Amino acid sequence: MRAHAQVTGGELATSAIRADFPILDQDVNGHALAYLDNAASSQRPRQVIDAVADYYRHDHANVHRGVHQLSQRATEAFEGARSKLRAFINAASDREIIWTRGTTESINLVAQAWARPRLGPGDEILISLMEHHANIVPWQMVCEQTGARLVVTPIDERGQLRMDEFERLLNSRTRLVAMGHVSNALGTINPVRDIISLARARDVPVLLDGAQAVPHMAVDVRELDCDFYAFSGHKMCGPTGIGILYGRESLLEEMPPWQGGGDMILAVSFDGTVYNDLPWKFEAGTPNIAGAIGMGAAAEYLQALGMESVAAREAELLEHATGVLSQVPGLRIIGTADAKAAVVSFVLEGVHPHDIGTIVDAEGIAVRTGHHCAMPVMDFFKVPATARASYAFYNTEEETERLAAALRKAREMFA
Amino acid sequence: MDLKDLYRDVIVDHNRSPRNFREIDPPRRVADGYNPLCGDKLRVYLRLDGDTIEDVAFEGSGCAISVASASLMTEILKGKSEAEALDLFERMHGLLTGAEGSRDDLQSFGKLAALSGVREYPTRVKCASLCWHTMKSALTDGGSVTTE
Repeated sequence: MRAHAQVTGGELATSAIRADFPILDQDVNGHALAYLDNAASSQRPRQVIDAVADYYRHDHANVHRGVHQLSQRATEAFEGARSKLRAFINAASDREIIWTRGTTESINLVAQAWARPRLGPGDEILISLMEHHANIVPWQMVCEQTGARLVVTPIDERGQLRMDEFERLLNSRTRLVAMGHVSNALGTINPVRDIISLARARDVPVLLDGAQAVPHMAVDVRELDCDFYAFSGHKMCGPTGIGILYGRESLLEEMPPWQGGGDMILAVSFDGTVYNDLPWKFEAGTPNIAGAIGMGAAAEYLQALGMESVAAREAELLEHATGVLSQVPGLRIIGTADAKAAVVSFVLEGVHPHDIGTIVDAEGIAVRTGHHCAMPVMDFFKVPATARASYAFYNTEEETERLAAALRKAREMFA
Repeated sequence: MDLKDLYRDVIVDHNRSPRNFREIDPPRRVADGYNPLCGDKLRVYLRLDGDTIEDVAFEGSGCAISVASASLMTEILKGKSEAEALDLFERMHGLLTGAEGSRDDLQSFGKLAALSGVREYPTRVKCASLCWHTMKSALTDGGSVTTE
């Protein structure tokens, strides 16, 4: 493994890290880019870009097929990436690591291959009000298909899960708990250990939507003892269109395949088909090989930095941003949980979020504005939309200062 | 890009104090417009006297561009015929997108020309056009409009 100028004594060296991310070194609208939209998608270090490019330059062929040299190299790189992701979340076996197109597909896979055959009228799936649409709609679809009911755990005014309500709603009809590990719209880190232990006590399996957690903190699926864990490559410095479903092996074994085709079979005849073993049983068709290799490189990059160091640096950025943005007249932060990832969702009196987005973009600052694919959260806080600054370990305090200055300017413009 | 081209004084003024921001009692025509991307929600009311738009008003919430555009629209439509309103709807498309072949010069739009700055901001064109689509819906069929 290479030497890391990027981290010394557990502390991240921001300038060395930023040098790894070529995209950050550019001007937007005449200003240095300040990329504060990491919850929507993070950027990629050259190590990931190079891994993908090198694969296409030197090693590409289809996987699991040929005896020729390139196919063997591609297969080794693809399966090697699976092992890297297994290590990254400390799963017990590569058999528990399924490649998908992303968090959304991972959740849909569980909805269709685990929940749909098992659920019926009277059964309940328990989620929360702060879920991303990706952890709402697949369950609504399964409920329509099976007659099961979707039950929603409420949140409090600070955007925290109401654990008293969760305990009450978790009952003998509950067949699955599906919760976000970290809220994309509010930044809330949910008490997933408590959620899992309460559910386990009732033998209810738990799926965690980890899209916003895996890039920002150490995640250990065995220590968590969750049953399914879904996350995406592109939010953790990897490529788009690739993600992971972790599933406990015993559950995955019981599940039927959800898509049919090549690669997911051992033998096909018109008398009947024998499905492949885990994990390939769930990977029909030629996979996103380059995406998987890139995501493997991203996991390696983050591991080299150390997820504890990443989390510590982002906690500093969050504390600074919360302080600085709170000083902007008329600004209200939406989502003030005790445990938060580095996400600051806010509204500004007299300036619509959509206008904020345009005004700060003119200063080279990228923030997300809108409902963040979490419309029920917007309804709860009675706002049509928010603006959201979301951080990664490569961001700087100076970028927040620039955002605050641009927001003051926006207020003056509309005053 | 200069933000002042987008947020001209007329726009800022109409956002701060929208004109005809009220309900019209029945008999009326009404339609809802919704942009789920940014959460803009508008309700446009029309009252016709024969073929003439006797009164037009709107309610709702949205960004400065959508509110100012609706406010400006209500000012200009009062007293116009249905056909004139629908013709203006078509011409607005050219104004907002700067599309080739739009047959108007900016002068002919009067105050509405202040909205021409959105051409440089493709993500904001729908903010400015939402009220016009909603007005058209109220005029022709009465229903709800969604732009994404």
